[in-house]
Order: sequence, then structure tokens, then C-alpha cells
Amino acid sequence: MRLRVAAGGPAALKVLAAAGAAAAPVRLVWGGPLGETAAAAAPLPGRDPLVPAPVIPTPRRGPPGLTGLLPPAEQPLAPLSPPWTPALELDSGTVLFSPNAICQFFFLARGEEPTDLTNQWLEWEATELQPAASAALYAQLVHGRKGLEAVEVLGKLLVHIELNLSRRGTAYLAGDTKSVADVVVWGTLFPVLQDETSLPSELQVLRTWFQSMTLSEACRKAADSVLMPKALLEFKSYLQKQPPPCLAMERATSNEPEEEEGSEPALTEEEITAAVDAWARGVAALPKPWQPQKPVLPVEGMRNVLITSALPYVNNVPHLGNIIGCVLSADTFARYCRLRNWNTLYVCGTDEYGTATETKAVEEGLTPQEICNKYNAIHTDIYRWFDISFDYFGRTTTPYQTMIAQDIFQRLLARGFLLQDTVEQLQCEDCQRFLADRFVEGTCPFCSYEEARGDQCDKCGKLINAVELKNPQCKLCRGVPVVKPTQHLFLDLPKLEEQLEPWLEQSWATGDWTANARYITRSWIRDGLKPRCITRDLKWGTPVPLDGFRDKVFYVWFDAPIGYLSITANYTDQWERWWKNPQQVELYNFMAKDNVPFHSVIFPCSLLGADDNYTLVNHLIATEYLNYEDGKFSKSRGVGVFGDMAKDTGIPADIWRFYLLYLRPEGQDSAFSWSDLMLKNNSELLNNLGNFINRAGMFVCKFFGGTVPDMVLTPDDKRLLARVTLELHQYHQLLEKVRIRDALRCILSISRHGNQYIQVNEPWKRIKGDEKDRQRAGTVTGVAVNMASMLAVMLQPYMPSVSLAIQGQLCIPPDCFVLSHNFTCTLPPGHRVGTVSPLFQKLEHDQIEALRKRFGGGQAKQTPPASVTLMAPGDPELIQELTEEVAKQGNHVRQLKANKAEKAQVDTEVAKLLELKKQLALAEGKSPEVLVPKGKRKK
Amino acid sequence: MAGGGGRPLCGKQAAVISVGEGGRLHPEVPVLQTNNGPGLTGLITIAAHLVKQAKKDQLLGSTAEEKAVVQQWLEYRVTQVDGCSSKEDTRIILKNLNIHLEDKVYLAGNIFTLADVLMYYGLHHVMVDLTVQEKEKYLNVSRWFNHIQHYPGVRQHLSNVIFIKNRLYTNAH
Repeated sequence: MRLRVAAGGPAALKVLAAAGAAAAPVRLVWGGPLGETAAAAAPLPGRDPLVPAPVIPTPRRGPPGLTGLLPPAEQPLAPLSPPWTPALELDSGTVLFSPNAICQFFFLARGEEPTDLTNQWLEWEATELQPAASAALYAQLVHGRKGLEAVEVLGKLLVHIELNLSRRGTAYLAGDTKSVADVVVWGTLFPVLQDETSLPSELQVLRTWFQSMTLSEACRKAADSVLMPKALLEFKSYLQKQPPPCLAMERATSNEPEEEEGSEPALTEEEITAAVDAWARGVAALPKPWQPQKPVLPVEGMRNVLITSALPYVNNVPHLGNIIGCVLSADTFARYCRLRNWNTLYVCGTDEYGTATETKAVEEGLTPQEICNKYNAIHTDIYRWFDISFDYFGRTTTPYQTMIAQDIFQRLLARGFLLQDTVEQLQCEDCQRFLADRFVEGTCPFCSYEEARGDQCDKCGKLINAVELKNPQCKLCRGVPVVKPTQHLFLDLPKLEEQLEPWLEQSWATGDWTANARYITRSWIRDGLKPRCITRDLKWGTPVPLDGFRDKVFYVWFDAPIGYLSITANYTDQWERWWKNPQQVELYNFMAKDNVPFHSVIFPCSLLGADDNYTLVNHLIATEYLNYEDGKFSKSRGVGVFGDMAKDTGIPADIWRFYLLYLRPEGQDSAFSWSDLMLKNNSELLNNLGNFINRAGMFVCKFFGGTVPDMVLTPDDKRLLARVTLELHQYHQLLEKVRIRDALRCILSISRHGNQYIQVNEPWKRIKGDEKDRQRAGTVTGVAVNMASMLAVMLQPYMPSVSLAIQGQLCIPPDCFVLSHNFTCTLPPGHRVGTVSPLFQKLEHDQIEALRKRFGGGQAKQTPPASVTLMAPGDPELIQELTEEVAKQGNHVRQLKANKAEKAQVDTEVAKLLELKKQLALAEGKSPEVLVPKGKRKK
Repeated sequence: MAGGGGRPLCGKQAAVISVGEGGRLHPEVPVLQTNNGPGLTGLITIAAHLVKQAKKDQLLGSTAEEKAVVQQWLEYRVTQVDGCSSKEDTRIILKNLNIHLEDKVYLAGNIFTLADVLMYYGLHHVMVDLTVQEKEKYLNVSRWFNHIQHYPGVRQHLSNVIFIKNRLYTNAH
């Protein structure tokens, strides 16, 4: 067995003395606090003995007589106890951390059983003597008290020993032979007293006992090895950093309620009374659900809410981050608004114009319109599967888009907010067009890479101005383009700024803008607004209706937000009642944070400049980013779950909705994780929410024949009603501020209250009891099933299908599907429920692991080739060597290309080059992934 | 298994236990006045004495190691658990016990001992006040406590503390 003691630590004395006295075969490990910080963090010996702290074994001379000394590098022992406390590791692996138990063990091991008397001394030592001795030691070492003054605090305790010894007339504490009691008491007294002269002279018997103990071989040797001057100094400096020990009876007890995290606020009598009143009013207390006319149009005197989510770019399949960032967040809010009887219109659509669509069309051999049709259908399907409740999901390639965009343009032109300027651009004379950046390739002006794109070099990563490319080529006909000056139109943002700022101030004062939206907007304005080009030399876009510009289209950022208006126009010809009606309409824009400047600065400037009483954004709701497992979603690397794949996972849409909303990146980035998805499903949905709703319904079916029983509310029930009402109020407060993720916690909180309520009241037992018990079972069941009914409504914005399922199972009347601030009895006694069945399924570990593999999560750990794994990063010689090889191979490849070598040969040599670069990157300690040429990725 | 049969551990003792003795730092320390001898002072001392009187020595452990481990947890009970005076102290104790009980059925491992009984009595006032969330946070302590309170003869007059079978909180580790 191994015994760890710290030299200088007071408790070391008794365990060493006991080991010596009982001749225990221990191996010693000398420990001490790990530097000053660790020591400061460690509590006083005797307190909190289980806190892990490292042990530094330092070889020192142990007392002779103890067997063996340990080599310094032995495994740390007793990770659960602080370094100043002794610890004994038994051969079985058990660790004793209490000094008295260690001493006891040594004596037990040689057959000395504890007696009532030794027990009593040990208990007295631990509870009475030890705290007092610690205080005395502290007074000596830290405050510098000496002699009798220092032992004053021990006064009564010393008398206690004196009296016991003299009354019994024995030489030792528990009889005429030395026992564990003597060693333990002596070991605690000795560091304080040092020798018997510090004892008051009248305690004669005690002095004699103490002297004989000190002179015994085991004790003397223990003292010599533990209480070395240097070790005592170490212990002193440790003690100085500790608060003084206080004796139990001196401790001030605080009765002040402490604010605990997660503690529930107290309920007032008024709240309880109000909750009970509301409950009793039943369905009558609820407003009638509002069914708007179709198409939905603003209604005088109602709150008219117009909701948009950022238009997804048509030829990207949205991933989970895109979905939570805009459409799902906006959908949840739109559903909430409808349940509040607010007159709500939610529109969205695909953003279809622009270079990327044209490029994609060339790639796939389709026309741009065909590409848009194809991808618009994919988007529509995905959002339908996610149960997104658009009033209308449209697209930007419509005649209304042209009409409205051109109208806004004309108004800006007429009011002098457009500027004209010359831009140098590449033109392909064969194709008869100016080449957008992505339609040009050439040699990089920085690194001479031959396949650089017009906007960026894939090799060196530098941004390029297309006119700077050497040997530019038209990507379509391989012809050589020429630099030509071309005229473009600019939106005069500096001139519009004086209108923008007062509007922003007013919108911020009255609306809910997320913090990131305000921040991003502020930094844009602070950096100074510059004129922004609104035209492009492209074909796929809204044509510019101005002579001299008719072969150009609008730049996508000018065009795209106008999509909100044109999509609404495709929904209803009375679209202007939404979009030119700021008096009656409140506009919410949902987006991810990268979209903020277009919605907060540029688009409002266009509308302010066009000056046609447009509805401008009142509430700009921007999310942060959602990451995938530990990294980013990446279509090209096949990492992450994309909208069209979610349904193939076998996990229902509502579970996806729940989990995405549960980790909605509100305020900070969050990360999707498969194991967390499983955990949340199994704990929050299955065990908490589903369990509660299912039990509430099952009790009605099983115990009351499917009819809600009579309820006689007790004070406990009334408190529960008030508690649930508080959560409901919180839910409203949060959702009114579009804090969707936080509001979801309120739902889960209510079902937790419900579970506790059922668990404490045990209706399944009471139903078998007497009349009173059965009535109680009825009340509990009735209240619980009404909570379930309200949860179904509160859940609807988050999990519409589950909500519908609960509505069906409990036969909740459609009139109850409305949200008020009251928790009322919507399923009164006599109400019949339907067939109740489980709402959620457990997700199994194997299933989740299979999905994780399939979607490439956690695949960051790519195993590099064996030949390079052994190299230590940062070896300068190796880096030098590899750098030279890379350069050599690079030249070789260029040579081959220049000589128009066969493609197969070039490819082989390029592969060699890439492999060398990877090795170089590894040798430099970088991730090799950055070197995969971007141009080779499938987009 | 020791201690079964549902009888109170000290049910048949012809002894008087009084609380309080002048001149001690802890006036609430119990004293057992027996018919012979000067009496015994201290919770552990008295409990161990009664266990032996009741011929239930196995509650104190059988081997030297078990006995020392039991002794250690009895000492922990009277020094740490009884000595704690703030919520922070309580939190540390629950945290430490939770770590200790991670891989053990009882405090002393796989045997039910006096340490479990006294720790149960020492922690009851703490456990009744825990929220459901805290009970889940100290899951091992809760599991152990629930086990001990249902151990025949242990609970006596104390109220039954309710534990929920299904976990409700996911982030309470």
C-alpha cells in the first residue's frame, strides 16, 4: 500500500506515527501542493477532502523504520484528495482520505479492533480537537502568536484530556496500552505544542502523557521527518493564502435566501387568485380564433404583421443553417402571430437572377430559366416537407419583378439619386458581351497560375480585378477579350444618408432589431457610405429601362429585395396595401447576419429615395451562424445535412424543427450535433414533453373512461395554475421579442411542472383508494390534461404536426386553438378525449451513428499518409527540402503544360505536386485541406 | 445482507440518549447513558456501540479495509456533512459524494453499512429541499439516497423524498 503525505502538513504527523506504531508496511510518497496557485486553490486540510488535485511526488527521506522509498515518478495517488491531506492507497485500490481512518486502518490491520473508547476519542478528535487545533496553528503560523496565547483556544479541550486521563487513572487515553486514540490525539496536538512546555503547568497528567508519546520511537521519527523547518515554511505560506479556519460554533449562519440559478420566483396571492379566476372562466375567457380572408390583406384596426424571410438563392440547396436562419425562424414567428389573432402575411421565394445562375446554366447545359424552374421546385419541396407555412412562396423571375424594380429605378432616377460612371471591363468581341468576373479566366498576375478566375485566383487565393488578368480568355468561346470602358449606374448612398439616419433612429427606437443587426448597420454607416453600382453587364436579370443601358441588367443586391414586393404582387394584386402602407403594417425581416446591410442600409435607401410611402422594416431579426458538428456545412465536401436529405433520415420534420429551434443561433453561433439531437429528442421530447402529455391523456382514458373528471382544486393545484400562467406570460414576452429559442424553454418548463405534479400526486395509486383519494386522482388528471391541451397550442409554432396530433388525441375544440395570456380550463369535466398514443420515438445510438457517418460529421480527422505521420511539425530541414521539391515539381508541371503535354501525363505530375504540397503543409503544421485546389471541387 | 428485518437499529436498547453536554463546542452532541460505565458521547461512538449490542457487527464492515472505509465515511458525516453551514458547503458535499458514488452501490462499495444509515440521516434535510433539477444534477447521490430510504428499517419517521424516474433535464451533469 502507498501512503502519500505532505511534509509540513499537520495531518501527516499522525498517519506517519500510526504507521510506525502499528509497524504498517507502507511505501511513502511525499506530496505537496503544486506550486502556489494550486495550493491556493486547494482547501484547508480536512475540508472538502475529495477535490481532485495533482500530487508532485518529490523524493525525500522518510522516517527510518518505514519500508522503502518511492521513485519520484510514481503514479499520482489519491486524485480525490488535496495534497496537504494524507492519503492511503490500499492494495485493493481503495483510497482512504481521512487521516483518522488511515490511522485506524493501520491498527486494524494488525488486529487491534476499535473499542467504544477509541471510537469516542477519534470522534472527539475529529469534531472538537481538530478544528480548534487548526485555528491554533493558524494563529501561530500566520498571526505569529506564541506560547500559551496560541494554545488558548485549546484550553477546554486540553482540560478534557487531563480530566479523562486522571479520572480513569490509565497511562493512555483508552487504557493502559497505547492505542490509535493516543496517536491521533498526539498527532494533532504536537504541531501546535511542539513540546510539553507549552502546556499549562497545572495539566500535569496531560503533560506526562504527551511527553511519553513524544518520546516514543514512532512519534519522534514521524515528527523528525514531517516537521522539518523548510517544510513548515511551505505549509505556512500555504496557510497564509487560506481564510482563517473558523470553529463551528463561531460560524455565522445565514438565513438569507440565496438566489440560486434556476430557482423559481415566489408567487403572490394576487397571481394565484388571478390564475384561479382565469381557469374557472374556461373557453369563454379565450378570444375567438381569427380566420383571415384569402388573400390576406391589412385590416383597419387590427395588428397587421408582414413577415419576410431572406430569399434563398435558387441554385443552392439550403442546408440546416439556411433553414433555421430564415425560413424556419420566420415560420415559427408567423404561426405564433396567427395564434395571437394578428392579421399575418408571410411571404418568401427564390432569388433567381444573377451570374451564378447563368454559370450554372452553362454547366448543366440548360437555359437560365430552366435552371430556375428546376431548383425552385427543389426549394418548394424542401420547405413543404419542413411544414413552412408561407402564405405564398414565389420567385423573382416574374413580370411583376420587372415592373416594380423598374418603377423604383425610374423614381430614383427622377429624384436624382443615381450617378453614372465609367468602369473598365473585359469584353468578348466574339460573344458580343461584357464578361462578368466568372466568365473570364487567365493567368494570375500574382502567382502566374494559369487558370485563375476573373475575381479570384484558386491557387494563391488573392482577389483579382478581371482586367488585371494576364492572357484573359472568354470562358465560353475561349476568345481573347479586350478591355473596354463601359458605363454603369450607381445609387448615391451618400446623398441618401441624411434620410436613412433619422429613419433608422426611429425604427430602432420603436422596433425590435437584434443586437447583431444594429451592430452591423452601425459599423456600415460609421465606415462611410459610398455610391454603389446597381447595374451589371449580364443578360440574366431585370433589364435596365434607360437608353444606353438597355443591354444591362440590375445588380442582384438592388434587385433581390424588391422580390419581396413582386412576390407579394404575385400573391395579390392589392400588394400595395401591404407594401405602401407603413401606417397600418408592421414589417418583420428574418435573415442570417450576412444579409443585414442589404436590408438595413441599401434597400431602405432605395425605398426612401423612391419616395412612394413604402413600408420599411420595423423589426430586423438576424441570426448568427449554425455550424455542423465541429465545422461548417459544406456542399462541396459533402459535410452537413441539406434540406433535401433531411427527410431521408427517417427523423420526422417536427423533430428537425424542434432541434433546430432549440439551438437557434440567437445571440451567438451554435452547432448542430447528432448526439445532441439524440439527447434532446430522448430527454426533452420523449421523457419530458411526450411523457407528460401522454400520461395526462392516458389517465383520462384508463381511470375515467375517456371523460375528463370533476376537479376540486386544492391550494397546491392553484399554485400550479399560477406557476403555469407565469411560464405562459414568459413565453409571450419572449416571442413578442422574437426570442424563439428562449420561448421554447417555457414549453418544456411547463411540462416539467406537469411531470412533477403527476409524480408527487400519484393519481395511479389514489384511483385505487377511498372516495377522497379518487376525487384527488380526478383533479390531478383533469388539471394535467388541461395543461396538455394548452401545451398543444403553445407548441403549434414549433411542432405543427405534433400539435395537431395532440389536438386529435385529446379532441381539443378548434376554438381553443388561440393563444391568450390565461391558462384556462379548455377541457372541462365531461369532455371526451379520443385515442391517446405516444407522440415521440426514441432515437437509438446506432441509428444516429449511422447518420453521422453518412453526413460526414466529425470527419475532420483525416489520416495523413503513413510516411508523414511520424514527422514532427516544424522541422526546418524538412520544410526546406520539401519547399525545394515543390518548386521543382511546380516548374516541371508548368513546363509540361507549356509544351502541351498529354493530359494524363500532366495530371500524374499535378497529383505528385499536390502530394508534395500536402507533405509540406503537414511539416509546417498546417492542415493539408487548404491546399485542395478549389477549382477542382464540384460546385 | 445485513441490517434487514425492518427493525430499528436501536429499538431494544435499555438506554437513554440525551442531547447536550456542557463544556463542549457542539452542544447538540448526543450522549448515551447506559446502565454500566460512564456513558458514551458522540454520534458515531453511540451508533457503533448500538450496532455491536444488536449483534449487527457486519454494519461496521468485516475486513480491516471495510472497517476503515466505514469509519472514514462516518467521520465524513460528522465533520463535513454536519459541519456545513452554507449552500456552497452543501454543494461541495453533494458534488463529492456524487463522484464517490459514481461506481458504488453503497458508501463502502457493495455492502450496506452504518455509514449509509448515518449519511442518510445527515442528508435528509438537504435532499428534501433539492429541486428536481438538483436531484438530477447529483444523480448518483439521488439514486443512492432513494435506495437507502427504501432499505427496510432505515427511514423511520423521516418523510419519503420523491425522485422522478425519468430524467427531465439534459444539461444537468
